[in-house]
Amino acid sequence: MKKAKQGNWLVALSMLLSSSWAHADWTVNMREGVTAISRDVYSLHMIIFWVCVVIGVLVFGVMILSMLMHRKSLGVKPADFHHSTKLEIIWTIIPVVILVVMAIPSTATLTAMYDASDADIDIEVRGLQWKWQYTYLNDDPEKEVKFISSLLTPSEEIYNDARKRENYLLDVDNEVVIPINKKIRFLITSQDVIHAWWVPDFAVKKDAIPGFVHESWAIVEEPGIYRGQCAELCGKQHGFMPIVVRAVEQAEYEEWLVGKQEEAKAVFETVGKEWTQEELMVKGEEVYTRVCSVCHQANGQGLPPAFPSLVGTGLAVGSMQEHIDIVLHGKAGTAMQSFSSQLNAAEIAAVVIYERNAWGNDMGDMIQPREINAMMNGGQ
Amino acid sequence: MSSVIEDHHHDDHHHGPAKGIMRWVFTTNHKDIGTLYLWFSFMMFLLGGTFALVIRAELFQPGLQIVEPEFFNQMTTMHGLIMVFGAVMPAFVGLANWLVPMMIGAPDMALPRMNNYSFWILPFAFTMLASTLLMEGGGPNFGWTFYAPLSTTYAPPSVTFFIFAVHLMGISSIMGSINVIVTILNLRAPGMTLMQMPLFVWTWLITAYLLIAVMPVLAGVVTMMLMDIHFGTAFFSAAGGGDPVLFQHVFWFFGHPEVYIMILPAFGVVSAIIPTFTRKKLFGYASMVYATASIAFLSFIVWAHHMFTVGMPLAGELYFMYATMLIAVPTGVKVFNWVATMWQGAMTFETPMLFAIAFVILFTIGGLSGLMLAIAPADFQYHDTYFVVAHFHYVLVPGSIFSIMAAVYYWLPKWTGNMYDETLGKTHFWLSFVGVNVTFFPQHFIGLAGMPRRIPDYALQFADFNMVSSMGAFLFGFSQLFFMFIVIKCIRGGKPATAQVWEGAHGLEWTVPSPAPYHTFTTPDGIDLKEAHG
Amino acid sequence: MATDATYETYYVPADSKLPIFASLGIFLTVFGLGNWFNDLTAGNESSLGVWILFLGGLVMGGTLFVWFSKVIEENHAKMYSQQMNRSFVWGMSWFIFSEVMFFAAFFGALFYVRVLAVPWIGGEGARGPTDMLWPDYVPEWPLINTPDPSLFPGAKEPMGPWGLPLINTVLLVLSSFTVNIAHHGIKENNRKKIVTWLSITVALGVAFLFCQAYEYYHAYEALGLTLNAGIYGTTFYMLTGFHGAHVTLGTFMLAVMLGRAIKGHFRDDDCFGFEAAAWYWHFVDVVWIGLFVFVYIFGS
Ligand code: HEA
Ligand code: HEA
Ligand code: HEC
Ligand code: CUA
Ligand SMILES: [Cu+2]
Repeated sequence: MKKAKQGNWLVALSMLLSSSWAHADWTVNMREGVTAISRDVYSLHMIIFWVCVVIGVLVFGVMILSMLMHRKSLGVKPADFHHSTKLEIIWTIIPVVILVVMAIPSTATLTAMYDASDADIDIEVRGLQWKWQYTYLNDDPEKEVKFISSLLTPSEEIYNDARKRENYLLDVDNEVVIPINKKIRFLITSQDVIHAWWVPDFAVKKDAIPGFVHESWAIVEEPGIYRGQCAELCGKQHGFMPIVVRAVEQAEYEEWLVGKQEEAKAVFETVGKEWTQEELMVKGEEVYTRVCSVCHQANGQGLPPAFPSLVGTGLAVGSMQEHIDIVLHGKAGTAMQSFSSQLNAAEIAAVVIYERNAWGNDMGDMIQPREINAMMNGGQ
Repeated sequence: MSSVIEDHHHDDHHHGPAKGIMRWVFTTNHKDIGTLYLWFSFMMFLLGGTFALVIRAELFQPGLQIVEPEFFNQMTTMHGLIMVFGAVMPAFVGLANWLVPMMIGAPDMALPRMNNYSFWILPFAFTMLASTLLMEGGGPNFGWTFYAPLSTTYAPPSVTFFIFAVHLMGISSIMGSINVIVTILNLRAPGMTLMQMPLFVWTWLITAYLLIAVMPVLAGVVTMMLMDIHFGTAFFSAAGGGDPVLFQHVFWFFGHPEVYIMILPAFGVVSAIIPTFTRKKLFGYASMVYATASIAFLSFIVWAHHMFTVGMPLAGELYFMYATMLIAVPTGVKVFNWVATMWQGAMTFETPMLFAIAFVILFTIGGLSGLMLAIAPADFQYHDTYFVVAHFHYVLVPGSIFSIMAAVYYWLPKWTGNMYDETLGKTHFWLSFVGVNVTFFPQHFIGLAGMPRRIPDYALQFADFNMVSSMGAFLFGFSQLFFMFIVIKCIRGGKPATAQVWEGAHGLEWTVPSPAPYHTFTTPDGIDLKEAHG
Repeated sequence: MATDATYETYYVPADSKLPIFASLGIFLTVFGLGNWFNDLTAGNESSLGVWILFLGGLVMGGTLFVWFSKVIEENHAKMYSQQMNRSFVWGMSWFIFSEVMFFAAFFGALFYVRVLAVPWIGGEGARGPTDMLWPDYVPEWPLINTPDPSLFPGAKEPMGPWGLPLINTVLLVLSSFTVNIAHHGIKENNRKKIVTWLSITVALGVAFLFCQAYEYYHAYEALGLTLNAGIYGTTFYMLTGFHGAHVTLGTFMLAVMLGRAIKGHFRDDDCFGFEAAAWYWHFVDVVWIGLFVFVYIFGS
């Protein structure tokens, strides 16, 4: 549990001090954000904040005055009043009035937030341990765009072996791209445990509950990159599943969408070609590091008993079919999820071959992506 | 073996405590048991605090330095659990044990053997809970709110022991509260009406009622978990027709009253201390009682304000928002009454008073941020950020914990017969006051700026305030070792205390000598009911 | 002694070894259970937990036996005043209240899933288009076709109310009356009446348990209604199961009271132990009525 390398500590500290001062923008307040709702929320926040400040100043003011004036050392004699129905009624009524007044705009904003009807684009947002999967829903399944978005920050930065760059922990490999001024509906769900999809600039935060779908929406008014994080404890890597949304002009969005659709087609083609063992190993290592190593660790040893070791034991040196099956379908009720919708056939073939041949496993066997593809489409 | 009190005349030491360690194991005396609870609570406070310091040390700067994320989550979880169930609740039960019988003129708690049982379950429960950290797969890592399915399907095997530890704590709390309620309802000195009881007794009566109402619900929800984990039931699984959100509803039906369980006795303590040091009667006694009861009542119908982002239908969301906001009203009445009590008093500022005043101010800050959280649309931005962490530490640390410390300083002379060292006490106060604010005030900022809670590492823009917060935590934490020193010093000696101890103190406990004899009020001779009201 | 005329002395027991043994007993019990459950789930053949559980049960049972005997003994030695008795009465009442709240949690869960969650999963109501995840699912109660039958194979049929459950209702309601008659027997200091009617009550309790055991057997074998049958089976077994556990405890308590009655322990002004058991029994009865209505009648 102790991973600190004492020598690096000071270096890291000095690095950190310099870097954080460089970035210090001293944010102390909520963001106003870039949607009508987020601005409403911000103004609610400011109103209630000032209400609290005023109440605080009054209450503490009286207390402090009293502490200054009514002290025994000044020779005062204590008064002997001990109740006043009139006063007590007053200070019951006034708070009620304040609260009622607060409740009105809050109700309006909340009602508006809940109106997810008439969306232009539906995006399914699915939380997985510990990444997000986005699906741009489309009546034509061929045109559906689906991808996984996971943390980009390298572990050297996290373990203080490299300088932390801007957007430390807030960068992902695949951004969600949306057009501005369109009503985007997010259909939020989860594959395993509860996550929460939160983008502060949209004032959107919604829990992703496994087995349920919740709606949320945003109309973003300014192009830009908006960052958020998972906001519900979801296990070990909860702190490491950021969200990045890029809002762009409609034209750019369409271009991006077409690009994504073509990407999918290209992948489809690579699946069909004949792969060599070396190609698969190279690709496999890349996939493994990106996807599997959070749990099974870079050295394949896992973190037993939560995450099993793949070195020299179990399926990785056992039946290839079962090995493929567990990667395709996962194991219900464990963090080992189904990867058939996250990885394509080539990636699955590659990672399986990699696991069977890395770290001295040396199984030496081989499978072609198109065989995996057949299994995936065979509805196994 | 058993002795009957009617054989004895006065409250002189007719059967004093047995000698040696077994005195504490076998005791049925409310004062001994109170002492046990208080020491146990303090040990747990140090343990939970040590976990907090691990958290703060890891968060001192961005990056992972000291612990791995997996262990960090265990620290967060255990910190919350130990502080809530091990530190704050037993401390208040300890105070109730010491004080309730003395305040109402009763010879002891109503069911003394069960009283001992309630206490001694706890060391077993917490040993089992803490030992999960050493088990294969690690201890509970799903937060003190243990949301399913992270705490069921995806939990380490030690969760089973966590569940049974919660069962044990529940049994202990229920028996403890039954004892408190029965004592108050049945053992008041002859002629003492409910409205003559000191507020501390009132607040505990209501707290005990809350405990009996909600601890079984907690037991229910952990039992559902147990069944989902081991016996294939589908409470929290949509695939079988259940709902993970069901867990949250049941949990918070317990959880929200639980937070008032941790604050109502504090209100009682403060309502005892402020009049003493202002030398003036408590303002608005009756409305204090009604306010406490209203808070307790409201606490049952607001639970889902912890779940605003969980996807409840709009109507539910609105209802829970309105109901939650209402709690500010009776709580406000209490705050205003305390201020009115201070107004035109003749105040002095001994250590208990300092803690009590700090309580009123800092609790109010925490309460006001609670009110902000209650605004549902705004809570979409606050929820699960450090703003929430700041809120509840303000109500819990300078709230509950400060009130406990105030109580200890206030009644310590009565318990030990010696005055504590006032200079040291004041030093402890100021260190704690500064420490607590340096720790938790900046957390409002990092929360609003967007830092989620329960994360071991964070983005760079949160670095500065986290560093400040961590430094405050160490200051506050180590000041508590100083507190322990002051208390031990006072137990071992000091200026002898008079019976009344404080010039302005009223209440039956101040009519008996200091230290209070092992048995008090074995007969109601000479109980002055006017004095009892305080 | 200068005591107030209205004041009664209150018995404060001396030091006692009982509670610490009870603490140890309860700890061993749950620790054993925990180990055992974990071994079961991990698929281990044997488990040390069973033995720890057994030991814990022994310590706990033995301690409680001594404890209650001592209380009875103290009572016979006239150490308890009326005030003390009131403490017991209050204590038992609040304990029953805590039990009510325990059941409230499970009833709450039942209502929640029936009224809210099950329809929500089918996309009804205001909880988002959840039906996109479960296209084949039709919300209904009792929930026979679970959203994912591969994980939670639903029951073949729900449990109807008008067979055994009805008989059980009659048995329990009757037993509430018979225990009441026994109580009258105490008030009349009529030992024969007490013993007769209390025996009948215990017999009714045992009969109830038999019927319920048979019902469970039938549910598992014929209806495919199991703990794993999704939320219907879940709520069915959790509610009736915890109720059954309470009936078992209540029957046991009444049986003990029967033994005490035979020994002639109760008098019209001294029968708290009996009354406590009887209240508990009435409570168990009321819970059953709730079950019969909400789990059986409106549940199937
Ligand atoms: C002692 C414990 C304690 C107390 C007393 C309170 C008191 C309150 N709490 Fe807090 N709360 C917690 C402990 C406590 N809380 C904890 C532990 C959590 C987090 C749990 C977790 O997730 O881990 C939490 C979380 C929490 C949330 C959920 C936040 C989230 O997760 O998103 C909310 C939301 O409504 C909330 C609201 C309130 C309110 C309205 C009060 C009110 O009772 C406060 C009332 C007091 C005042 C308002 C101040 C005094 C009043 C006046 C001076 C009168 C005038 C005022 C007005 C008219 C405005 N609390
Ligand atoms: C009454 C309850 C209570 C109390 C008193 C405290 C006290 C403190 N808490 Fe609390 N905290 C909670 C209840 C409480 N907390 C809860 C419920 C949570 C939520 C958990 C969750 O998310 O699930 C939480 C979460 C929480 C977090 C967020 C963690 C996260 O989200 O990951 C943080 C971070 O700063 C924190 C810090 C502190 C600090 C610095 C103190 C300080 O006040 C502590 C003071 C320190 C000491 C008292 C230590 C003294 C000890 C020594 C100096 C060592 C001596 C050693 C020996 C003698 C052996 N707490
Ligand atoms: C979120 C965590 C997580 C990720 C990511 C993950 N796994 Fe797993 N994996 C697990 C867990 C947990 C198990 C154990 C399941 C069980 O209980 O049998 C497991 C089991 C396995 C097994 C079976 C081991 C055995 O011998 O029984 C294989 C093979 C495997 N994973 C491969 C992979 C591959 C390939 C990837 C990446 C494409 C991957 N895992 C990603 C958590 C994960
Ligand atoms: Cu996903 Cu936290
Ligand atoms: Cu709450």
